[in-house]
Amino acid sequence: MVLSPADKTNIKSTWDKIGGHAGDYGGEALDRTFQSFPTTKTYFPHFDLSPGSAQVKAHGKKVADALTTAVAHLDDLPGALSALSDLHAYKLRVDPVNFKLLSHCLLVTLACHHPNEFTPAVHASLDKFFTAVSTVLTSKYR
Amino acid sequence: MALSGEDRAAVRALWRKLGGNVGIYATEALERTFCSFPATKAYFPHFDLSPGSAQVKAHGQKVADALTAAVAHLDDLPGALSALGALHAHRLRVDPAHFQLLSHCLLVTLARHYPGDLGPAMHASLHKFLSHVTSALASRCG
Repeated sequence: MVLSPADKTNIKSTWDKIGGHAGDYGGEALDRTFQSFPTTKTYFPHFDLSPGSAQVKAHGKKVADALTTAVAHLDDLPGALSALSDLHAYKLRVDPVNFKLLSHCLLVTLACHHPNEFTPAVHASLDKFFTAVSTVLTSKYR
Repeated sequence: MALSGEDRAAVRALWRKLGGNVGIYATEALERTFCSFPATKAYFPHFDLSPGSAQVKAHGQKVADALTAAVAHLDDLPGALSALGALHAHRLRVDPAHFQLLSHCLLVTLARHYPGDLGPAMHASLHKFLSHVTSALASRCG
């Protein structure tokens, strides 16, 4: 799946609008994921997963920072996310289906906070972007 | 995962809030589904699928009416949706995976229009409700 020039424009402009809130949104998306899909909590036995947890917020910021890096390197996602790809493949081994769940929750979070910008076209571009990132992160599994 | 008493109360309360606008939101959800997941257009070769299409609006209203009926029968979704289940399985032959895509787009649509109401707990209850509707519609497949 290739990101078209229009997709890249949509992704970058959305990320510009998000500005410094990316970390908050990452945390919120994780909260949503844990509540809607409780099996995902299995990857965080060492975390306090109650709503508002500082650990979840901090992890949300990590996820957001990685996505921000990805946005800055839309032309070379495999290169930019190579270390994270290794981490998820060899150490974390997150089942690929869970990336879709987090992506869904990221999209719902963004829709909540930026309803006017979240047109069907922008929604589609962001969905493609998260799918592309997920593909890179699971590319070294086997 | 059965719908708890809290899930039912939350879904009913939200549906009361949506009032007569459910058709508008279901239509937007369909538009988003066609935009993000073009393969779903295959089920509507006889429709004009351009934005604002009257046929898509009419179909959105049908989807909305079915969901409203489901909300009124949360204690017996398989029974209430039996006829629609047979229709989708035997005549329309919709791949069950596509129901989840529409559910996702419906959640995104509601998040845009009711950001204050779509916190993680409501999101989880709605997701469960839509999963039960999907199960009821897909139960006659295969």
